[in-house]
Amino acid sequence: MNLDVWVPRSVLVVLGAIVVLLVMASAIVFVLRRGDETGRHAELASRVRSWWVMVAVFAIAIAFRRGVAIAFFAVLSFLALKEYLSLIPTRRTDRHVLFWVYLCVPIQFWWVWREWYNLFLIFIPVWAFLFVAMRMVTRGDTKDFLRAAGTIHWGLMTMVFGLSHLAYLLVLPDGKPIAAHGAALLLFVVLLTQLNDVLQYVWGRALGRRKVLESVSPKKTVEGLVGGVLSTTLVSFLLAPVLTPLTRADSIAVGLMIGIGGFLGDVTVSAVKRDIGVKDSGTLIPGHGGILDRIDSLLFTAPLFFHFMAYFYF
Amino acid sequence: MAWLLRLFFYGVLVRLVVLFVLGLNVRHRERLPAKGPAVLAANHNSHLDAMAMISLLPLRLLPKVRPVAAADYFLRNRLLAWFALEVVGIVPLNRQRRTPDEDLLAPVAEALARGEILVFFPEGSRGEPEQLAEFKSGLARIAERRPDVPVIPVYTYGLGKALPKGEWMIVPFFVDIFVGEPLQFDGDRAAYMDRYREAMAALAREEKHADWS
Repeated sequence: MNLDVWVPRSVLVVLGAIVVLLVMASAIVFVLRRGDETGRHAELASRVRSWWVMVAVFAIAIAFRRGVAIAFFAVLSFLALKEYLSLIPTRRTDRHVLFWVYLCVPIQFWWVWREWYNLFLIFIPVWAFLFVAMRMVTRGDTKDFLRAAGTIHWGLMTMVFGLSHLAYLLVLPDGKPIAAHGAALLLFVVLLTQLNDVLQYVWGRALGRRKVLESVSPKKTVEGLVGGVLSTTLVSFLLAPVLTPLTRADSIAVGLMIGIGGFLGDVTVSAVKRDIGVKDSGTLIPGHGGILDRIDSLLFTAPLFFHFMAYFYF
Repeated sequence: MAWLLRLFFYGVLVRLVVLFVLGLNVRHRERLPAKGPAVLAANHNSHLDAMAMISLLPLRLLPKVRPVAAADYFLRNRLLAWFALEVVGIVPLNRQRRTPDEDLLAPVAEALARGEILVFFPEGSRGEPEQLAEFKSGLARIAERRPDVPVIPVYTYGLGKALPKGEWMIVPFFVDIFVGEPLQFDGDRAAYMDRYREAMAALAREEKHADWS
């Protein structure tokens, strides 16, 4: 069968490796749960099941067409924005403002699709920022104005602007002087970010003693953070030659950046949830919580990785 | 023909809006009735309330599912009346007696006798979005007539943010729908309404909701 895929072989190979990892994870869960009637590992099991679904959706989204992949990230951005705007306190006056805020999602991803780099960069930080302020002030309600303007723009910057960097990786020019495929770069940053989450968790569970940022996220430890960052850097060093044009030194720098950035994204969303007073951002992904609980680290790593690549390689 | 429209309306349109544009966070879904007769008694904030609840029931129950709605509002012109009766499938209810001895709840009793699952709003009107109005005792009167029919309290949050009274544009928000345990009627209408209020308050407390004002 000749599948019409636009991604290079390296992406398919790495996706295959991820499936092998998942098979191993499922096997471990199966062994853990066999003969165990306490249901201790039920959450772990549902987490792994959700990973299967997420990997399948992600693989299908990026494998076939660039347009499909960009649309996928637009939908993801919409869902994340909706989750965020449902969590935060909003004002009834701002209903019409929120309509325009949602409209920013298709517009931002349209710039990506058209490879319109300048507008991709300034549309949300400049135009949407000013437009939202204008739309809010013309409603004439000054109560909690700054809080509403600040939280709404924070949502646009993270859930739309931040996430759209993943999609823009797909349209970075491939060819001279750099041979790099957008889907490979995208897979690289998403895989490393998610792996970093898991590795920080595993290192923390195994060796975690000293707390880090306890007031924000009580389970984070120095050992988890350091172990996670170092092992993520190692994976970056090993995987970069397969998926990216990164030099060896740069692959170490990117590994450190994704490790630390992932941690910062994670605790930033934790701080937001703690401020609001919820544990999970939603219930969409069994065992994980909501969309925000899963993409929190990407909110930092996606723009960081993108601008590293854009500055040094494209 | 109308049933086909109704199937398209609930099976495609409503589900698209409710599941994609909005997005539901449902708790205790297993408490929803598997067959009629039954009453889903919910708080009322938006035209979307009944739609969201009906989207939770399997499509095979659709011919049996009907929201109870104000006749004076939904039957006020012919086009709206056709849409409300044939597509949405409302059980029209008069909120005011036209003759002194009119039995206002007769249409509800008839629908329950046909084995239907009714969506009922004890507040009687949408009122101010996301603010609870007084629950009226019509619910207790239904329960008194048909103590054998399960009445299931359903608490919803967020639909009034997405589409409040007096607006036409839906703005996406995730919506909470928490289903309660069926209530039993024990002979006292006031006590029954108290238990309904308590059940709704308990469901509301299950989650902290974002401020909206």
